Amino acid sequence: MTTTIPLPVQDPRPWRRSLAGVSGRLGGALAVLPLIVVGIYVLVAIVGPMLIAYDPVATNLAERLRPPGSVLADGSTAILGTDGTGRDVFAQVVYGARTSMIIGAATVVICAAFGMLVGLAAGYWGGAVDIVLSRVIDVLIAFPGIVLAIVVAGLFERGLLVVIVALSLSGWVSFARLTRASTLSIKERDWVAAARVMGVSTISIQARHIAPFLVAPVAALLALEFGLIVLGEAGLSFLGIGLPPSTVSWGQTIAAGKEYLSTAWWISAFPGMALALLVIMVGLLGDQLNSRYQRGGAR
Amino acid sequence: MLRMIASRLAVGVFVLWGATTLMFVLIRIAPGDPATILLGSDATPEEIAALRERLGLDENPLVQYLAYFAQLVRLDFGESFRSNQPAMEVVLDRLPATIQLTLAATLIAVIIGLALGLLASRRPDGVVDRIVSTIAILFQGMPTFWVGIMLILVFALTLRVLPSAGSGSFAHVVLPAVTLALPFTAIVARLSRATLTEAMREPYIQTALSKGLSRGEALRGHALRNALGPVITIVGLQMGTLLGGAVVVENVFAWPGLGTLIVQSVSYRDYSVVQAAVLLIAVIVLALNLVADIVNAALDPRIRVGGRA
Amino acid sequence: MTDGATPPVLTIRDLDVVLDGPEPVRILDGVRLDVRAGRTTALIGESGSGKSVLGSTVIGLLPDGMRAEGHLEFAGEQLLGLSERRRASFRGSRIAMIFQDPLAALNPSQRVGRQVGEVLRRRGVRGERLRGAVLSLLERVGIPRPAERARAFPHQLSGGLRQRAVIAMALSGEPELIIADEPTTALDVTVQKRILDLLAELQRESGVSMLFISHDLRVVSHIADDLVVLYAGRVAEIGPAREVLRVPLHPYTRALAASVPSVHAASAIAEPIPGSAASPANRPSGCAFHPRCPLAQEICRAAVPELSEIEPGRFSACHFAEQLRGVPAAIPTEEAR
Repeated sequence: MTTTIPLPVQDPRPWRRSLAGVSGRLGGALAVLPLIVVGIYVLVAIVGPMLIAYDPVATNLAERLRPPGSVLADGSTAILGTDGTGRDVFAQVVYGARTSMIIGAATVVICAAFGMLVGLAAGYWGGAVDIVLSRVIDVLIAFPGIVLAIVVAGLFERGLLVVIVALSLSGWVSFARLTRASTLSIKERDWVAAARVMGVSTISIQARHIAPFLVAPVAALLALEFGLIVLGEAGLSFLGIGLPPSTVSWGQTIAAGKEYLSTAWWISAFPGMALALLVIMVGLLGDQLNSRYQRGGAR
Repeated sequence: MLRMIASRLAVGVFVLWGATTLMFVLIRIAPGDPATILLGSDATPEEIAALRERLGLDENPLVQYLAYFAQLVRLDFGESFRSNQPAMEVVLDRLPATIQLTLAATLIAVIIGLALGLLASRRPDGVVDRIVSTIAILFQGMPTFWVGIMLILVFALTLRVLPSAGSGSFAHVVLPAVTLALPFTAIVARLSRATLTEAMREPYIQTALSKGLSRGEALRGHALRNALGPVITIVGLQMGTLLGGAVVVENVFAWPGLGTLIVQSVSYRDYSVVQAAVLLIAVIVLALNLVADIVNAALDPRIRVGGRA
Repeated sequence: MTDGATPPVLTIRDLDVVLDGPEPVRILDGVRLDVRAGRTTALIGESGSGKSVLGSTVIGLLPDGMRAEGHLEFAGEQLLGLSERRRASFRGSRIAMIFQDPLAALNPSQRVGRQVGEVLRRRGVRGERLRGAVLSLLERVGIPRPAERARAFPHQLSGGLRQRAVIAMALSGEPELIIADEPTTALDVTVQKRILDLLAELQRESGVSMLFISHDLRVVSHIADDLVVLYAGRVAEIGPAREVLRVPLHPYTRALAASVPSVHAASAIAEPIPGSAASPANRPSGCAFHPRCPLAQEICRAAVPELSEIEPGRFSACHFAEQLRGVPAAIPTEEAR
């Protein structure tokens, strides 16, 4: 027998192994970050307007286009500067948060509810119901969501309800599809078949045996759609469609800041950052929910 | 394969019918008198009455609908009251600019997205992979119109290397196309990374490696081709969203395409044009979806050549 | 097993393959194996014995998380210490592999001819020369109408033809060693023999050495010159195939032989080995086979038996190997070639 020469063949990058260890530990702390940030936004949206006074109509031309951190004549500090008519940018960011959160939450709930009903119906009953509903969906997705929203928002009087409806028109579709697909697969499971055999009523089956398992995938989609809706509302406001000027919106502020871009970049920059941060964090939250759903599965 | 195309076309026709019906309903239920809406607020009472007659607005809705449909089938979309041109002409006039922008953005997104996906999939869960993931998250979260404005701030106003608005030269396309491409790039990057890593787990990659190929060669020579199918399909399906994004981006950069036309027409209530533009977009989206499906089928020889899959 | 006349092309001694993790698993433990030049060594074992891992180790495609340690020598070179690049240079050109499932092993969206010619193309062979080389390879492995078949996609060929194409692919680099990992398992029984005959013939023609991995004793008895029996990641027995099957020197080999119904035997009923196969993850103490072994004694539970040379060229890892000498196997298996 020849003498043995132990020559281990390991991952030739030892730094990679230790990196994996570090990010594993970091992952734990970073993982709650999205939830915390989104929570802060919710808090600001609820509490902010109570603490900060802001009147969109009141202009203060003496203090217009002041950079962030400037101290104003009345002693207060414009943390994020002032805009073209002297209004405080920070206040607009706070009030804009409220607008976005309200519209986002309301719209996404409506879309989820309606979409799930449609998807459940299509998936459970199949056949003609499914075909008809699927075709309706096909018609709606032929239009890019934002285009449809622009048209609808533009057709009607400006207002909160109009915006919500305009954004909902395309928003419910992804919920319907997801619910339909999930229903189709859950419907074949043993416990549903057993319930049917036992003569449980259809409504009951849907509510008690199928619906609970739809929660997980829909939750992940909720986060994603919320982000898209908030972006959509900002886009509409940016274009000057939808919300009346008296309602503060990030999109509006960004639009107003565009003409002062070279001299007062902060007007457009900060609301945009707030918007981007919210959407990114909500998206991350959705990813987390998604992977938890994948791992746990519908038990 | 032909059967698939035929059935898709059939669905497409139905969808077009549904889309036109939707527009019909929307305009009818909008506040105000449709004839006034279509003609604009400074139309004379006689013009309004004439149009009401023509549109049969006092007749029962079903008759109105049939008349509307008859018009559309003749490709008569009415006239833009602002320019007195046929609405579809106005729309088609602006179409090339939007196509140019969208194609440029698609090109950027696909090339950069694929490159990022390839880089990320060489070592899944490695450093590069994590970086690419982070970039993708950023790109998808930032609002497109805001990114456009920030890019204007940096490149047009501060550095002064690119124009901030309008069209006409190659330089004019750069900022709008890049802005539009960003979220799309993220989608392509994530998707190609996913399909590539999955393709790399397939047994035939082991075969390739056993023949002496390096991981990179196996990725490019084998995995890439098999991973392209889903990527192309999704790209085709995402074009609709891209067009939607183009509508917004055009307004940021004053790009003379469908986007600026739609927003202007909406605010001026020039609904013939809006209707024509939206329906045209719907047709384009449907056509793109069909093409994406066909390309996907063509790339998978199991569907193309038939036989046991 | 070292036959002075034919030096081994592959020499493995004390090979360990360890699966990293919170509790590392020794998938292969102290494996010894030789493949003589121009000959076929069959590695036989049940699923979970680690035989495929050995194949992967030789070709150098161990999955992430598995480490190989020990003496792995191919044509005079130590393989385990080499850089990945150097290792890759062996693949395809000096060591080639044939996989179990030809449908999975082939890229479904590439034509068969293109895949068969890939090794040659990488070497710079192009155009007509490449076409001609691919066609002659396909002919050599017995594929009728090769030009037509070269243009086909994998799913259009039958299982047997696909495997022939895979064999052609392996031959294309003119390797010195072919590792065949269960090449006939996924095929119909009627096709299996033909593929085995093809492999034997190719070996006769070209003098290529073969490491044939299988769980099927009948298949192995057809084609093997030398036999290595693997159980739970450890070598149980080594020897010339015919002799090992005639007079096994390890209870596991005996049990394997007995559990295979021979078509010629009086009773065609198989006698399965009682109990289930041990896996490397939960190897019994001492001799891994002792819970299922009819000869087991206290020492078998206490001490791991060494792989020792019982007769010239015949190794066994059993405390009682001596007693098995001269005792023919219970049911005669088919004669090896």
